[in-house]
Amino acid sequence: MIVGQALRDPQRELTVFRNRLMVAGVAILAAFALLLARFVWLQVVQREYYHTLAEANRISVVPVVPNRGLILDRNGTVLAANYSAYTLEITPSRVQNVDRAIDELAKVIEVSARDRRRFRKLQEESKNFESLPIRTRLTEEEVARFAVNRFRFPGFEIKARLFRSYPQGEIASHAIGYIGRINDADLKRIDAEGLGTNYKGTDHIGKLGIEGAYENELHGVTGSEQVEIDAGGRAIRSLARTEPQSGNNLVVTLDLPLQKIAEEAFGDYNGALVAIDPHNGDVLALVSRPDFDPNLFVDGIDPQNWDALNNSPDKPLNDRALRGQYPPGSTIKPFMALAALELRKRSPQFTISDPGYFTLAGVQHRYRDWKKGGHGMVDMHRAIAVSCDTYFYGLANDLGIDAIHDFLGRFGFGSPTGIDIEGELPGLVPSPEWKVQRFRQKWYAGDTVSVGIGQGYLLTTPMQLAAAVATLANGGVPVRPHLLKAVQDAKTQELHPYVPAERTDTPIVKPGNLAIVLSAMVDVTRPGGTAAQLGAGAPYSIAAKTGTAQVVGMKQGERYDEKRMKREHWDHALLIAFAPADDPKLALAILVENGQHGGSTAGPIARAVFDYFLLGKKPAKPPAPAPEGTPDQEHD
Amino acid sequence: MISRIFDFLARRIDGPLMAALALTLALGLVVVYSASGGGSFERVGSQARNLALALCALWVFAQVHPQTLMRVALPAYLAGLALLVGVALFGDVRNGARRWLNLGFTTVQPSEIMKIAVPLAIAWYFHRHEEGPRLRDFALAGVMVAVPVALIARQPDLGTALLVFASGFYVIFLGGLSWKVLLSLAAAAGAAVPFVWPMLHDYQRQRILTLLDPMEDPLGSGYHIIQSTIAIGSGGILGKGWLNGTQAQLDFVPERSTDFILAVFGEEFGLVGIAVLCALYLLIIVRGLMIAANASTAFARLTAGAITLTFFTYAFVNMGMVSGILPVVGVPLPMVSYGGTALLSVLAGFGILMSIATHKQLVSS
Repeated sequence: MIVGQALRDPQRELTVFRNRLMVAGVAILAAFALLLARFVWLQVVQREYYHTLAEANRISVVPVVPNRGLILDRNGTVLAANYSAYTLEITPSRVQNVDRAIDELAKVIEVSARDRRRFRKLQEESKNFESLPIRTRLTEEEVARFAVNRFRFPGFEIKARLFRSYPQGEIASHAIGYIGRINDADLKRIDAEGLGTNYKGTDHIGKLGIEGAYENELHGVTGSEQVEIDAGGRAIRSLARTEPQSGNNLVVTLDLPLQKIAEEAFGDYNGALVAIDPHNGDVLALVSRPDFDPNLFVDGIDPQNWDALNNSPDKPLNDRALRGQYPPGSTIKPFMALAALELRKRSPQFTISDPGYFTLAGVQHRYRDWKKGGHGMVDMHRAIAVSCDTYFYGLANDLGIDAIHDFLGRFGFGSPTGIDIEGELPGLVPSPEWKVQRFRQKWYAGDTVSVGIGQGYLLTTPMQLAAAVATLANGGVPVRPHLLKAVQDAKTQELHPYVPAERTDTPIVKPGNLAIVLSAMVDVTRPGGTAAQLGAGAPYSIAAKTGTAQVVGMKQGERYDEKRMKREHWDHALLIAFAPADDPKLALAILVENGQHGGSTAGPIARAVFDYFLLGKKPAKPPAPAPEGTPDQEHD
Repeated sequence: MISRIFDFLARRIDGPLMAALALTLALGLVVVYSASGGGSFERVGSQARNLALALCALWVFAQVHPQTLMRVALPAYLAGLALLVGVALFGDVRNGARRWLNLGFTTVQPSEIMKIAVPLAIAWYFHRHEEGPRLRDFALAGVMVAVPVALIARQPDLGTALLVFASGFYVIFLGGLSWKVLLSLAAAAGAAVPFVWPMLHDYQRQRILTLLDPMEDPLGSGYHIIQSTIAIGSGGILGKGWLNGTQAQLDFVPERSTDFILAVFGEEFGLVGIAVLCALYLLIIVRGLMIAANASTAFARLTAGAITLTFFTYAFVNMGMVSGILPVVGVPLPMVSYGGTALLSVLAGFGILMSIATHKQLVSS
């Protein structure tokens, strides 16, 4: 083949070839130099940057949620606890068609209609990338069954979570409160308080009651775990772990057996009861009837239960003890009497002749006494014992609204008691300025007369009445009610008792004046008093005052006739009391909605509570107070 | 006895080239072991079998006389072309590309054959005009390159098309096409870019855009290149150690045992490792160029030069792509990446190179 190519010039061609090789060689060296420069740039100059990126790739910091602190009653009985359970959760953003996926899931494990409704509600309230439970409390078998089918459900995940449970159910639910899923408002508050980091991984927060007020104690400190993950996000191994610190346990002042007896004593009545230890302000029972099961809120309440609670005419979610503002009725009379004594507007001996009504000078209107024909000769002691309205109409008129406003303010009326859970309302002690501002009307002398018997514009909460009667029981030294008894440190298990914010030992009334009023209050529970039934046969003495709060106003000359009125228009019954009268251990305020007569409906409730607390006696049967057939003269 | 076996095996084997190849291949096995997750010899074992086959091919090609090769150059080229047409008509589709042809008893990837057949055929053609190829010959050679390249690019297999084009182009370049023509062709190619751009597949365009700004789509088209640069960069000077690359071992580097194996290597062996690998490649290339320079016939010279330069292109394109200075095209790292086909064609090429190195005395005599 080579033969016969005569004209070729091998030497020249070889030179061209070798020149071209040289060029190629130089290009190759340049190319390798370029590559090397690139690698030096990446691996030397930019090494730190890429190292950081590589670490960020492989290390995922996972929050480790702390155990929430327990809530215990004063005897150590658990009111709120945690249990661990499996949940099946869906991250909606990772599922194409959530509804269809849930249909598929229902073929593997049971998904009830309630689960679906609750999930839909959660979905509406949450962001798409959040992991939301479709099923809670899965059994081991269900977990296993799902695990087998897991590949069919991307975006579904089994998680072991701690759940809150309230073993006492509805008992003391208003005081304990509940936890619920963190919503946007909670999130804003958490961020505002700078707690955002501590709430990473937490999806529940205390909403009401103790759970809400002591959230910071109960929550604990979130730990973290550095986990090495692969590109698929699967955890390979744990690199480092900071243990979370459990929340502190809370011991509350409630006495569960007492609470139960108090709640049962209400029978079918709605209302509220606050029981306070007058020496230290411990709230031993805090009842608001009806109550609710806080367990419903833990996994997110389903719409059906929510509607039932929210739309019930009985308003079970309303904490009547703190948020119910009622006219105090005659229960205000001991405080009015004290005001008159302190301000020297009345002496104990001052006596009136009660014709059954009171009139202001130059005005025709008759302010009627509850008793037709009046009580005859009435001094202060008797006025309290028989609850004479006429006496207090005149007394209030002589005191004047400004003095009443100031004096009732000293006992805490018109402002929150400062109890350590949220939502408390302030009630109302009216003043001329208030009336001008509220109604653009001037204050009339008649307004003051009504306030004298706890009607008119005056409003109090059961909590305020309880704090005020506890103050009477405490020798006139103000009592600040509180629910926290002690915080048990999660680490050291030490108990740190509750320290009241401010404490005074100075009585706000003179002991002599107080003694006059208290002796009259003791006679309230003796034969002839308005709550004689309450004191009957008790081996201890009780100081008390009954009251009635009108639900609908009566026209002049109209007669209150319960038989012709709807039940929800019946008067509310009130009672304040403490016992033993000579050595007070427990002070109570009771409100029975539509209970009509303080002595007959609130009285048995008070008696059941006192009997248990002072004697350890449990009621043989629920002392359901009968609204019918009450003695007529025992009105108020 | 043993020495006789050794003599037999070492027949027509170029010592320095073989030593550099052996070191690189050994290094490759070490990296493949790590890139397959470590703890299992499954991939390494399979790669070792590929390697054994490829070394046989190397040895066989080293024994074949260049004259013989020259004789089969054109038939091989035509057969390859026919197979490529066959692929275009009846090929199997895998991973969205039509690259394989089922011959009944085996499946072949004809584009791999062309990596060797194209330079051989053009070298043969130029050799026939040893008075020096004229412009007309260069033009015909250009057609001989363009037809298979177009067929391969259509499959689509841009990486192989690029390498086949390179192998043919190097013969034309070494054959002495004048600089004037080369430069005007380069200018023409530059001017053609706006016309070629719309003809590219979407994913091909995306790869080029990704090179310019990988962060534009960090979880999509930019993911490969971002993760591989992180792997290499985080390796630093000394590397994280064999089997200790987090990017590699935790699956962040995609295609880590094939096209992106350099990211694993760079992460675990650092800049030092990369420098060693580059040095080995350079040794091989320098040795190849020396063989080309000393070859005795035009066919041998052109073939040896083209094979060596194609090998360089292999290495450069892969390293450039994994380190983020070239667009992502499917080119493995020669003699390191897992996979049998590329290994076979590369080592077969080196067999030819050795044949040329050891047969020159015979020709000149």
